[in-house]
Amino acid sequence: MATAVGVDIREATAARGAPTHQVIAFGVMVALLVVAPFLVYPVFLMKALCFALFACAFNVLIGYVGLLSFGHAAFLGTAGYAAAHAAKVWGAPPEAAILLGTAAAGGLGVVLGTLAIRSRGIYFANITLAFAQMIYFFSLQAKFTGGEDGIQSVPRGTLLGLFDLRQTYTMYFTVLAIFLVGFLVIYRAIHSPFGQVLKAVRENEPRAVSLGYRVEQYKLIAFALSATLSGLAGATKAIVFQLASLTDVHWTMSGEVVLMTLLGGLGTVFGPVVGAFILIGLENYLAQLGAWFTIVQGAIFVVCVLTFRRGVVGELGRLLRKPL
Amino acid sequence: MRIARMLVLGLVALVAAGPAAAQMSDGVIKIGVLNDQSSLYADLAGQGSVVAARMAVEDYGAEKKGLKVEIVSADHQNKPDVGSQIARQWFDADKVDVIVDVPNSGVALALNQIARDKGKALLVSGAATADLTGKACSPNTIHWTYDTWALANGTGNAIVKTGGDTWFFLTADYAFGHALERDTEAVVTKAGGKVLGKVRHPLNTQDFSSFLLQAQASKAKIIGLANAGGDTTNAIKQGSEFGIVRGGQNFAGLLVFITDVHALGLPTAQGLILTETFYWDMNDKTRAFAKRFAERDRGIHPTMIHAGVYSAVTHYLKAVEALKSDDGTKVIAKMKDTPTDDPLFGKGTIRPDGRKVHPAYLFEVKKPTESKGAWDYYKLRATIPTEQAFRPVDQGECPLVKK
Repeated sequence: MATAVGVDIREATAARGAPTHQVIAFGVMVALLVVAPFLVYPVFLMKALCFALFACAFNVLIGYVGLLSFGHAAFLGTAGYAAAHAAKVWGAPPEAAILLGTAAAGGLGVVLGTLAIRSRGIYFANITLAFAQMIYFFSLQAKFTGGEDGIQSVPRGTLLGLFDLRQTYTMYFTVLAIFLVGFLVIYRAIHSPFGQVLKAVRENEPRAVSLGYRVEQYKLIAFALSATLSGLAGATKAIVFQLASLTDVHWTMSGEVVLMTLLGGLGTVFGPVVGAFILIGLENYLAQLGAWFTIVQGAIFVVCVLTFRRGVVGELGRLLRKPL
Repeated sequence: MRIARMLVLGLVALVAAGPAAAQMSDGVIKIGVLNDQSSLYADLAGQGSVVAARMAVEDYGAEKKGLKVEIVSADHQNKPDVGSQIARQWFDADKVDVIVDVPNSGVALALNQIARDKGKALLVSGAATADLTGKACSPNTIHWTYDTWALANGTGNAIVKTGGDTWFFLTADYAFGHALERDTEAVVTKAGGKVLGKVRHPLNTQDFSSFLLQAQASKAKIIGLANAGGDTTNAIKQGSEFGIVRGGQNFAGLLVFITDVHALGLPTAQGLILTETFYWDMNDKTRAFAKRFAERDRGIHPTMIHAGVYSAVTHYLKAVEALKSDDGTKVIAKMKDTPTDDPLFGKGTIRPDGRKVHPAYLFEVKKPTESKGAWDYYKLRATIPTEQAFRPVDQGECPLVKK
């Protein structure tokens, strides 16, 4: 039946247990991330991890359901504002602030998702963009978001009353743990029967309907999952940087996450992570170039799209003949 | 779970024992110029601020005095998170002692907190928000060149006193625009002027025609532009097409810089009234500075932000030399104790809330026929003396100021 809706048998069998090469890749990734803060500046890594989670969440929609959302900044930003507000004004501990932010994004995801999934293709992209712009203008005008200045000097607080997050390395490993949880949730979801149905929808929606699946419900769940995990990334980012600003709700952020996912590889498990690290790395290390930054960034994307369309991980997977 | 937690705890302990914080200076004074180098503030701050900082170091003769000074710069792309990450990296890993410039209030406020947490110094020239010396004031920050209060006050007050007593506001519809409008309106009414009306336009709008027609119909002498960047220049451009200035009304820009006037050109910008704290064509010293500056920065003449960077770096080096330390908190305290003196702003002081004070000037943009050449743009309408140019120290709600 799986082949009947165009899904690779190998992927279908993967549902029962992760294939060895993916386990190895995962192990390598975790090992790198544990060692990394001692070699690279940790705050940079924390930012990259937040965006990696954001890109992974985004990838659930575009890579596995085939829906291009152009409004994911709304979830990242909303969660950031909610978490920052909770931590700063209500004095909530970081774990509560992050959960609240995540829940806010999840709630928003269900509402927007219900309306947006009725359309597809370019219309879906437009509707999500429109919603995101509404959220942007709301954030610009609302009192509690601080308009242009954003919510500043948010306290990092003490995680579970045990870990002082003002310590850079404690914060780093907290972020790493959050990222890994999000990553594994996504991995589990897309390799479950639920994920198989999503892929079936992506490949041939009418056929999935004819097989008796309630496609709308699957899409909505995927949308909500993606929004919630984007929110988790946004809330964590707000705590790490101690601020929530308009940057995170701006439409360019929605564009950036598309680029990250494309660069790393659409519909691959590790692609968005790699893409996020590349893009944030560029942003960070090219900042010294001043005006040349945007030009260099643009050139890299042009090369990427022209020469390796599957993205870094997608191409690597093709060379190894294994889906990564 | 338990193993994971122990692993985390173990690693944390390992690291906590590792690098001990360096207390003493590493022998080099490292100045970081952090601003927008690729987008809307690239001309009024950008590379020019780096040039200004370099000139300050050279003019101070740092090398002859045995001070080793290095300058680094970066583009914060107007994103507070990018800015704060660069700042953290500079402070933590690259041993930067002081960050200067930082246009964009969002980024400046974020850095204000980071510099305070890390005991470093922050010299703000480019950002406008008066909160830096108000509610958010910090013992590690000095706000050098101007702020929103000074601009609203200078423009509002001085214009009313020089005859512009009826106003109409064109306001960008978001928090910053509202604040600018509110502050200016208060000043105008207090000075005896009258606000005949106001209209709110959406942020980043392309079409000002209906707003400009309302402004024209109000017959107010002054049209106050409570907006910034592209909105201001668009309003002025379209206003020129509608013949606003020819009809006897004047625009008052609340956040306009000489680079904006340069970009608009005199035929479009003529008659615009604005407040700045520095103009290159004030006296022989500023003219000499501008000449050297323009040679090094693509012919661009210095804005007040560039001048502020020069002046701030000069004063910073003085304090470091006197203290023989580059500890951020101590240097800022020393800077506040020492009166300032430099060729661009003359003599001045720094208040306990971190506000550097000096006179401000109300300028009117010249008609094309009055201008003698490129960058000859302003004629002085009024000088606002030091005591009146900035918000009184007791009205800022700064916790550092004892009542």
